[in-house]
Amino acid sequence: MSSITYLEAIREAQYEALRDNPEVFLYGQDIGTFGGAFKATKNLGREFPGRVFDAPISEDAMIGMAVGAAVEGARPIVEMQFADFSSVGFNQIVNQAATLYWRTNTPCPVTIRLPSGGTAGSGPFHSQSMESIYAHYPGLVILTPATVEDAYWMLLDSVKLDDPVIYCEHKFLYYHLKADGFGQRMPIGKARIARPGRDATIVTYSAMLHESLRAAEELRLDGYEVEVVDLRSVKPMDTDTILASVARTGRLLVVGESFPWGGATAEVIARVSSEAFHLLDAPPLRLNSKDTPIPYHPNLWKAHRPTTASISAELRKLLRY
Amino acid sequence: MTLSDKIVTSMPSQGFEDLRHDFLKALRCMILSRTLEDKLGSLYRAGGRIVGGVYLGRGQEAFSAAAGIHLRWGRDIYGPLIRDQAGRIAFGEPVLDAMRTYLGVSTGPMRGRDGNIHRGRPQVGYMAMISHLGSLLAVVGGALFARRLRGTLGDSVGATSIGDGGTSTGAFHEGLNFAAVEKLPLVVSVANNQFAYSTPTHRQYACEDLVDRARGYGVGGHQVDGTDLLACVQVFRTAFQRARAGEGPQMVVGRLLRLGGHGEHDDASYVPDLQKHSHEGRDCLVVAQGQAVDLGWATPQELRQWEKEARKEVDQALAQVSKEPVPDPYRESWQALSTTALMEGQER
Ligand SMILES: Cc1ncc(C[n+]2csc(CCOP(=O)(O)OP(=O)(O)O)c2C)c(N)n1
Repeated sequence: MSSITYLEAIREAQYEALRDNPEVFLYGQDIGTFGGAFKATKNLGREFPGRVFDAPISEDAMIGMAVGAAVEGARPIVEMQFADFSSVGFNQIVNQAATLYWRTNTPCPVTIRLPSGGTAGSGPFHSQSMESIYAHYPGLVILTPATVEDAYWMLLDSVKLDDPVIYCEHKFLYYHLKADGFGQRMPIGKARIARPGRDATIVTYSAMLHESLRAAEELRLDGYEVEVVDLRSVKPMDTDTILASVARTGRLLVVGESFPWGGATAEVIARVSSEAFHLLDAPPLRLNSKDTPIPYHPNLWKAHRPTTASISAELRKLLRY
Repeated sequence: MTLSDKIVTSMPSQGFEDLRHDFLKALRCMILSRTLEDKLGSLYRAGGRIVGGVYLGRGQEAFSAAAGIHLRWGRDIYGPLIRDQAGRIAFGEPVLDAMRTYLGVSTGPMRGRDGNIHRGRPQVGYMAMISHLGSLLAVVGGALFARRLRGTLGDSVGATSIGDGGTSTGAFHEGLNFAAVEKLPLVVSVANNQFAYSTPTHRQYACEDLVDRARGYGVGGHQVDGTDLLACVQVFRTAFQRARAGEGPQMVVGRLLRLGGHGEHDDASYVPDLQKHSHEGRDCLVVAQGQAVDLGWATPQELRQWEKEARKEVDQALAQVSKEPVPDPYRESWQALSTTALMEGQER
């Protein structure tokens, strides 16, 4: 198979979901003829007439309608134009979709695609990472694919799941990240050792996986072997794989792109600290973006989010302890 | 009566002398706006200088400026949106604010923290839009509400804008309903440019015309041909008069066409040629210049002169801003609270 991008993987998974199950339909702004703001649904409207719909700019109604459709047995995939705009549909996500099964024993197979994360020049309202916000609510599955393979398999799995899925696809990876094929399917809920090591563990997910892998490579030049764990899904979180890695290395750095207060990175630290305090040779560290909205100017943006350089600096701190 | 009969379209043969001043003021803002936006578009295409998107108001200048000229900087409240460069200029925003925000320099009102159209100076009643459509309406309403509460409302008025797509948001409905309940002196411009990004209006709303909604909210409704500056000036004058006179919110729906992409990254190939050549696809600037000459309000020489002055102003702004400092992450305060004492250590 020729080289395929992360974005193409997302498109391909939607193609196959539509092809394989007549209950699947797509709903989102500009996703029909136009193929979506990022072209994640390019040509799908033509290939599946009557199953790809342009939505009005009404995120609340878009999510609400998907929940209603799911009750009737449909398996909608809803595209938010940017993750940031899902805040407008927040009520329907956390109160309607997330509680439906628990309250009424009715499954809610809705997939909500969130084009997430920062890119240079996108500013405070087109850059957000919302996995931690949604992970806080019971009743939602939060996926954060970092590879082309995961982008593909996890989206296919989302559609098959009988629970609402927040599928966080990172815009920074759309065009640059490529693979030769879709590889092996790994089940949702399992973390992956993206790079083995023995001196320290980085736990991360989504675009930060790639910054972390580069940082680990930098540290190799100093003679350190850093293990990198890709969470793949923020919720459920694979605590066993994390603990096994920390047992090997004794040192932990957790990296995430979202805001620093609480969230996925804090959750990892909390679990490791309470369940495996005795395994740690150094206080666990975490690195997130800064505690301000996401800045527009690239100079500020690069300093706001974790980068290879800032991750390397944290790693050195961790290894010196 | 067909839809087009209801829309106010001016006929230059009638006497419009009392509109002359407003018209010419709006026209000069339109010229400056177009000149500035042409420059921003070419900077974007040249690459390197502007990071992120460029969103232009080409084709909407008449509708936007005709609202903006009724607003007084420092006294009224304005919450412009994505295609309101002309209205911003008419309100009194210096060209430098736009240039500095697009180039992200630290001297601008947004200091590189936010960019492009997401700019304003709220402390002088000039709201800085967030991207989430519809959400500014209630904010402008809230500012008016507070002024009335404090007894400082006087004759001040608020204005904000939305596109056909933005009218589908819950925030727009809630905001307009609230403003109507409170009978606020607010003018809401609805620029129906036929597309929301790529989505045509028939996938956006099912009423015959967006102005039909005004009645449902209990607000004044006005329709205008958004390509016709003279008509826009006339209609907005009425709308602002009514809002200031205590008649509650006024909704002005302009029919026009976005003469370009959603942003400069978008070739808008989804806009059918037929629509581009329709009445609403006319270039409002060309129409307005023709009206000015026909009415004897400006000579072609004067128009060229105004264009020249606009180019000079824009070139000077660019030259100046190019020398200004870009943000330095090491000097940035990284502080999102005004209460410094409550800021936590920020590294992690
Ligand atoms: C709540 C929300 N959802 C989605 C978007 C993404 N978006 C930005 S502009 C736009 C189209 C806006 O169309 P319209 O309101 O008609 O204004 P126009 O661009 O035509 O001037 C969309 C969908 C947004 N800004 N806010």
